[in-house]
Amino acid sequence: MSANTEHEFDYDAKRLSVKPPEVRVDKQGDIPDDERVTKAMAHFVKDFGSTSAAYLDSCIHCGMCADACQYYVTTGDPQYTPIWKLEPFKQAYKREYGPLALLYRLFGLKKKVSIEQLEEWQHLLYDTCTVCGRCSLICPMGIDIASLVSTARHGMFKAGLVPHELYAVAERAEKDGSPLGVTPEVFEDRLDWMEDEHDVEMNIDLDEADVLVVMSSIEIQKYPASMAATAKILNAMGEKWTFRTDGFEATNFGLLSGNLEWQKDISMRIIDAAVKVGAKKLILPECGHSYFALRWMGANMYGKPLPFEVLQISEYLADALNSGKLKVNKVDSSVTFHDPCQVSRRGGATEAPRDILKHLGVDFREMPNGGDYNWCCGGGGGVVTIHRADDMRYKVFKIKMEQVETTRADKLVSSCSNCRQNFDDCQSHYDWDYTMESLLELVAENLVEDQA
Amino acid sequence: MDILDFARGPALQTAVYVFIAGILWRLLGIVMLQKKPDFSQPRKKTGLGAALGTIYSRSFSAPAFKESSQYPKILGYVLHIGLFLVVFLFVPHIVFFQDVFGLGWPGLPNNAIYFIGVVTVGCGVALLIRRMTHPVLRLISNFDDYFSWFVTMLPVVTGLIMPIRFGVRYETLLAIHILSVSVLLIWLPFGKLAHTFLVFYTRGTTGMLLGRRGART
Repeated sequence: MSANTEHEFDYDAKRLSVKPPEVRVDKQGDIPDDERVTKAMAHFVKDFGSTSAAYLDSCIHCGMCADACQYYVTTGDPQYTPIWKLEPFKQAYKREYGPLALLYRLFGLKKKVSIEQLEEWQHLLYDTCTVCGRCSLICPMGIDIASLVSTARHGMFKAGLVPHELYAVAERAEKDGSPLGVTPEVFEDRLDWMEDEHDVEMNIDLDEADVLVVMSSIEIQKYPASMAATAKILNAMGEKWTFRTDGFEATNFGLLSGNLEWQKDISMRIIDAAVKVGAKKLILPECGHSYFALRWMGANMYGKPLPFEVLQISEYLADALNSGKLKVNKVDSSVTFHDPCQVSRRGGATEAPRDILKHLGVDFREMPNGGDYNWCCGGGGGVVTIHRADDMRYKVFKIKMEQVETTRADKLVSSCSNCRQNFDDCQSHYDWDYTMESLLELVAENLVEDQA
Repeated sequence: MDILDFARGPALQTAVYVFIAGILWRLLGIVMLQKKPDFSQPRKKTGLGAALGTIYSRSFSAPAFKESSQYPKILGYVLHIGLFLVVFLFVPHIVFFQDVFGLGWPGLPNNAIYFIGVVTVGCGVALLIRRMTHPVLRLISNFDDYFSWFVTMLPVVTGLIMPIRFGVRYETLLAIHILSVSVLLIWLPFGKLAHTFLVFYTRGTTGMLLGRRGART
């Protein structure tokens, strides 16, 4: 797969990106269209079990999921109805694989999926779905629609039907170890810089450690202070911790683009590094999807239970504060929190950031529909990388602005650097007052001097 | 054999066999598929309790979704409860069940059932209008949605016209009613009406999967 995937990276952009391609429907590789359809379906069902089958078989077409989706709510366009985003795959399932497939084929009740359909659905499965899973919570049948979108992306990837930018970013992550070109040398350079800048001791490549810490390329390149903040806290805690240059990249564009093999490769770099140093804990950074990739899918990539605990940094901090091992000063400010979908709604760690904010003594102001029912910022699921989705991304962000403004809080914080770069980009687009801050950095700035 | 004998005999019998075989085929075809082991360390241990919890909780809208889903939810509720009452608490139906299963229970007065039947059909019509006019529903609806609506309403309507008669013999009306029930039974396993059974499996599965993550189900 080489044609049309060569993209220049745009390092001047405010967010992770490559220079925009000109075509509307993106195709990778030189594969006949029929074969694309076959591949899409074969890889859609590859990881298919009883759960996905039940989900695809039980939609009653009530349409309620539309009202949970930011793309439908913002545009009123019915094509953005979440379950409709699965239509070709639902159609193929019923025709080819479901228990009644024979009847469907016999009576010609479902047509064969066409390449035109899949091309059209690229926009629905990538540009306008952040896999935020809000729709999964409204479905009266209990269908986890978001998980089906991820499964459909497996098929789309193998068919070479991924938006170019997302493909290019994923390919770079697989080849170079980072979607943003952070090589081990670059990582070490950035760490050294932060070590000097913040006067904090960095542990790099220790042979043994209780805690392995990984970072998101977005932080390493755009928000490097978070590396210093992490080190400062772990040092204050007296942890035996380390960064590893052979396993530092938390983002997983294999997962986001739909390439299972790449997803596994990327996860295994971290898992191998953690096993090598004998880590008891793996701390994931402020990054939503990396939590999902490692906390909930890591062991399945490994093929057995992981020999260490996996925590998002906010969970680690909440534990430390709750147990009294870490002490923070009070912050005299009103704060609202944006829940990263993959950590809160999809990941189950909704309470951790709230615990942290309680210890910081802030005037915490929950957004309307906050917590598990939070509206996605619109940058997740790889959407933030896709240029042609920009206009739509800005449009749906209006819901977010309204949510935040309702709280009238002084500060807006979150624990996801991907959300943060989307907030930054949308902030400058709208010339908005709120600047997204990092919860981790807020903790690091307010550590009690003497932790003993 | 007159039409009533046919309806009560071979027609209904065949329908029941198709119904049972169809449901088993559809459910087993899904349940018997592979279940991949999940090696992640659960945040919460989940089992049947989590499944039952979500089977129950998904019957209600979360506050975040109340406003948008209220209208179809209320109609849906009335429709489902109405169907249940009409099928299981109409005295002649109970007599039929007692005949077949040897077990009876008290029913509601006939007039109450007729009233409930009319309300049920009313909700059905309102939902059909919604399906035919709402842009989202128009897009995602297919033959199954309309046909399933038709075969669900048919027995209620054929039941409701029985006391009115329209000059038709009672036996003929009863035969038509039973035939309409047979059509419903035959169709149920093959279309969306199978949600009668599937709903427990999908809600329960989601309850267990998201529940083990400690996530909202």
